[in-house]
Amino acid sequence: MRNKLWIILTLAFIVPGLLFTVSCAKKAVKDDAALAQQAQDEEAKAAKAAAEKARQEELARQQAMEEQQLKEESTLKQEARDMFLNDDIHFEFDSSTLTSGAQLTLKKKAEWLQNNPDAASTIEGHCDERGTSEYNLALGDRRANSAKAFLVDLGISASRLTTISYGEERPEDPGHNEESWAKNRRCHFTIK
Amino acid sequence: MKSCRTLISWLIASVFILTIPGMSLAGYDYIDITQPYLRKLPIAVPFFKKISTGNDADQLSRTLSDLLSETLDFTGYFKILNREAFLANPQTDAGFANVIFHDWTSIGAELLVTGGILVKDNLLEIELRLYDTFKEKLLVGKRYKGGISDQRRIIRRFCSDVIYSLTGDRGIFDTEIAFVSTSSGTKEIYICEFDGYNIRRVTYTKSITLTPAWSSDGQWIAYTSYARGKPDLYIKHLKEKRGTVVSKKGINITPAWRPNQFDLAATLSFSGDPEIYLLTGTGKVIKRLTNNKGIDVSPAWSPDGKHMAFVSKRSGTPQIYIKNLASGQVKRLTFQGRYNTQPSWSPKGDKIAYASMEGGLNNIFVINTDGQNPIQLTHNEGDNESPSWSPDGNLIVFSSTREGPYRIYVMTGYGTDQRRLLTLKGQQTQPKWSPKMTRK
Repeated sequence: MRNKLWIILTLAFIVPGLLFTVSCAKKAVKDDAALAQQAQDEEAKAAKAAAEKARQEELARQQAMEEQQLKEESTLKQEARDMFLNDDIHFEFDSSTLTSGAQLTLKKKAEWLQNNPDAASTIEGHCDERGTSEYNLALGDRRANSAKAFLVDLGISASRLTTISYGEERPEDPGHNEESWAKNRRCHFTIK
Repeated sequence: MKSCRTLISWLIASVFILTIPGMSLAGYDYIDITQPYLRKLPIAVPFFKKISTGNDADQLSRTLSDLLSETLDFTGYFKILNREAFLANPQTDAGFANVIFHDWTSIGAELLVTGGILVKDNLLEIELRLYDTFKEKLLVGKRYKGGISDQRRIIRRFCSDVIYSLTGDRGIFDTEIAFVSTSSGTKEIYICEFDGYNIRRVTYTKSITLTPAWSSDGQWIAYTSYARGKPDLYIKHLKEKRGTVVSKKGINITPAWRPNQFDLAATLSFSGDPEIYLLTGTGKVIKRLTNNKGIDVSPAWSPDGKHMAFVSKRSGTPQIYIKNLASGQVKRLTFQGRYNTQPSWSPKGDKIAYASMEGGLNNIFVINTDGQNPIQLTHNEGDNESPSWSPDGNLIVFSSTREGPYRIYVMTGYGTDQRRLLTLKGQQTQPKWSPKMTRK
């Protein structure tokens, strides 16, 4: 009876021990396989990342090129816009007749307006300080309307062009000599 | 108390102290109104006699006699004699009521104004007399009562009576002058009394504001302003907050009220071309008055409203034309010079003043309405622009750069007696003389 107890006790210690051993061995085998799989995965991942990186770099390069191109285009656009805004047309004293130089400038302005169909412009008519202010308001009106009529003849819709006369009220150059007067007898263009 | 004083100030009593027999049209031969400035009438204005004592009377005796001298001098009719030559003591009876005419004829005075002044508690009582010293005759005698603050009005009213007795016309003492000034930094409209006193600002547009024009009752003013960004025409009541804006496409400029009507001519370019139109006082187009491709601008009415002078470039250079409204006929007025603008029709009807430019500078001219006899009134003194006749047809107000900046000057219709009207910060241009106002 006493021996039986010992056997049971021994078994009670051994069996779980065996059980433990078995389970340990089984686990070690499983980890090895996972490791191998992981290595394989990582290799694939790295290859994929490299490919992706190359693709990204290519994309960035393309984007930069496009940006550069856009930048160049927008510089050109800005230059065209500045030219439209800055190039005034000039007149002889007491005249609203467009000189050949003025006509050339107006043709460039018409081109810009054609390339920018959403833009509308105000044409300001100005005079030099000589003469009298009431008459000059009328003369400035005639100058702005001469420029407008020329642009309309070149195919620009009249609805995109507004005129305003400032007469002699807003000289570009405050001087009192022919050089200043020549600068002040002008039409100036703004974009709305 | 205040309302009481206001009441008193409005109750300036002007009383004839003596009836003047024989004062009829025959009395108007003192000043030859066809050649009034060839021979100026020598007039003596001694200090007024103090009837009351005290500092107030002392000072007012001097300042008011000076003001009366200046006011009469403004008309250009008189030669004001120097008080140092006077023989009579103004503070004796001989200086006021019992005039010894020989004292005055012996120093060359043909006319004499004497005054007596009484001051009491801010109240002023003045008696003023105009004598013909050679005929030994009283021409005008008046007594005025008012507050001290009414002194300018009292003096002006007496001067008006003096001018009436000498010319048969009330003169310009109740008139005003509108003009453009840059005092505030931008062009705005201001108004002063005929002699440059009492300047007040009319517009606060902070913009470009130009060419004031008076309605013939003096109640309305029309002008062009860029207050909304473009040259629009504003028609504004001067005292009440009433008015309208004509804001058509293009320019809305150079208003000119038709005499005795509530309508005005103005230049509008909504058709694409500056043309003159007749508008109601409420800004509605009645009809078109010019029809010509090219510039038509600056209308000026004849006093009867039957003719309109204006500027047109129809012959190639700006010249003045006259349109007969009834017949529609247009004839060219100016042929001398290559740039004639800014017509102003004399209230007497026979002449038109204008600015003529040569070598970049304008000068004021007058021409008969039949185109005869253009006469240059300003010479070699900077740029001279914007002539406007006084409503009695004797004086012309204009702007000039003779002293540097543009300022306002006055001269007679014959170009004599040119003088500055006022001094103000900035530049002053485009003066327009008001019509005769109803007495305030």
